Amino acid sequence: MPAPFAIMAEFETPAAVLSAATKVRDRGFREWDVFTPFPIHGMDRAMGIKNSCVGWFSFVGGCTGYLTGMLMIWFMNAYDYRIVIGGKPMFSPFYSFPPSYELTILFGSFGALLGMLFLNRLPHLHHPLLKNRRFALATHDRFFVVIESSDPLYSQTETRQLLESLGSKHIELVEE
Amino acid sequence: MDQQAAIKVQPVPRELARVPLVGNQRGLGWLSDRIAGVIEGETPAWWKICFAISVTMMTVCFVMILYLMSTGVGVWGLQHPVMWGWAIVNFVWWIGIGHAGTLISAILFLLRQRWRTSINRAAEAMTIFAVMCAGIFPLIHIGRIWYGWWLFPIPNSNSIWPQFRSPLMWDVFAVSTYFTVSVLFWYMGLIPDLAVMRDRSKTKIRKFGYGLFALGWRSSNRHWSHYEKAYLILAGLSTPLVLSVHSIVSLDFSVSQLPGWHTTIFPPYFVAGAVYSGFGMVLTLLVPLRRLLHLEEIIRVRHVELMCKVTLATGSIVGYAYAMEFFIAWYSGNPYERFQFFQTRAADPFIFGPLLHVRPAPYWWAFWTMVTCNVIVPQFFWFKKIRTSMIIVWVLSILVNVGMWFERFVIVDISLHREFLPANWSYYSPTWVDVCQYMGTFGLFFTFFLLFIRYVPLIAIAEVKGVTPQADPHHPLGGAEAGGHH
Repeated sequence: MPAPFAIMAEFETPAAVLSAATKVRDRGFREWDVFTPFPIHGMDRAMGIKNSCVGWFSFVGGCTGYLTGMLMIWFMNAYDYRIVIGGKPMFSPFYSFPPSYELTILFGSFGALLGMLFLNRLPHLHHPLLKNRRFALATHDRFFVVIESSDPLYSQTETRQLLESLGSKHIELVEE
Repeated sequence: MDQQAAIKVQPVPRELARVPLVGNQRGLGWLSDRIAGVIEGETPAWWKICFAISVTMMTVCFVMILYLMSTGVGVWGLQHPVMWGWAIVNFVWWIGIGHAGTLISAILFLLRQRWRTSINRAAEAMTIFAVMCAGIFPLIHIGRIWYGWWLFPIPNSNSIWPQFRSPLMWDVFAVSTYFTVSVLFWYMGLIPDLAVMRDRSKTKIRKFGYGLFALGWRSSNRHWSHYEKAYLILAGLSTPLVLSVHSIVSLDFSVSQLPGWHTTIFPPYFVAGAVYSGFGMVLTLLVPLRRLLHLEEIIRVRHVELMCKVTLATGSIVGYAYAMEFFIAWYSGNPYERFQFFQTRAADPFIFGPLLHVRPAPYWWAFWTMVTCNVIVPQFFWFKKIRTSMIIVWVLSILVNVGMWFERFVIVDISLHREFLPANWSYYSPTWVDVCQYMGTFGLFFTFFLLFIRYVPLIAIAEVKGVTPQADPHHPLGGAEAGGHH
């Protein structure tokens, strides 16, 4: 039998998985995660996850959008093909603002969504956990703590004992 | 346990306790089963009937576009000086309806209104389909539809670029950004729920279909962390977006010189009206749906009541804006403004016409329908008895949108048909093509909406789970020690 991908412990309430996550973090595990049907309030701190940096993707997107809008309008109306219309200036930051503002939001939103997908390494359609039948409950009403076998602290027996001591009623190995 | 556990949390006084967002203390699994059950169950008979009607009407929409394209805009009732007829009225009306979806998904999210979770998915879907219907009209009313792409900054053979000094170009950017960002926001909210559908699916096709669009979502907390941040940012970006879209639509009018259009109050007034009509449409859709799909425990009477209150608030802002328009028309002393508001709009044959000693306005009935539906109707929502009676709410919600359609008609067409030169005055009436085109967009809207409720979870499963006490690790139902602690 090949080495398992991970060991998976099931919990029934958010309180149980929250306290379990705190203890797993305190043991110093690195390659582990908690799977919950909805984001649990306080779980990021319990797991020791830092603030997400999605905001930077969105910020860069937004700045790009604003500059794109302004440069595009300047290029089209004031540089490449100048047409006088109603005596209005060839370029003005005022009339260019509404389209540039919209492009700020457009590019910023793409930044947020694509940044989130990039940071989460999604799409990722094939994953050992997705092949596990029991794991399908992670989107239903169960909570899982999964410690991967690639973690330096991982051990067949001790990790299982740890998860049992945290109160998990169902523990199983996840195949690669 | 630690010291905090010893502190007993006082129960909330009875009169302050809120109605739970999900009825009967339903658990997490029940929520998945109930919402996904809408998709997994047999196709109801009413769905098939509605779908058949909607598809027929959608066909009418496309046939009317074909007729228009092959013959020309003369098939509509446009006549000088009213060159913006029903097409623009319908455009503004549909795009206004969309605003409730973004308000619910973005602004109520930023305001931490947890009740939004039961209705945001359906409202966002409504937004997307309404903007699709809206987008048809400006495109087809340009006359030569095959040149519609000139609106976009694409190089063409004349090397002429769109000119951005016109608010009509701003509108192109506002509406297309609004549509795109609404779709992005909607899709991102859907990812965890598509994963729910994937994990429940019994057939291979469903597993593949939902699995593909769920992008391999594993509901990992490390993913949730980025996801929640991205969701917050999208909500933060959608809020200024939704406020800007209808503001820019209103600038199409207010930047011009026409009395009735040339008004600085337009941007906030249009946004309030848009939210008002949007909530009207959400109520029109969800009040019957919660019953038909047996979702009363998730979309509760409390949700309907809260939506009625938003309708009341925005409807009152709209009423205030009407009053202010009249006040400014009088106070400005501008004879054209006064003529437009007092003689062309308000002068009915019975009271105000005789009172002002003027002839009744040709469209007085349109103006007074608007006032009845937009100023008087929302005031009924002050009463709890009315807010909690589903049939009355449903009827009033339809009147809201009748009123908002007339508002756009009043602004666009009444203003146009009496312009500065009396020699140019005329009376505008639509043709059967105008009517069928408008009705056809309902077919388009409902076809998409019915497909949506049949194949996509119409309530955000993960979000509703998140606002139940069972999801709160500090609540006894969430597994916390008795009494809970914070």
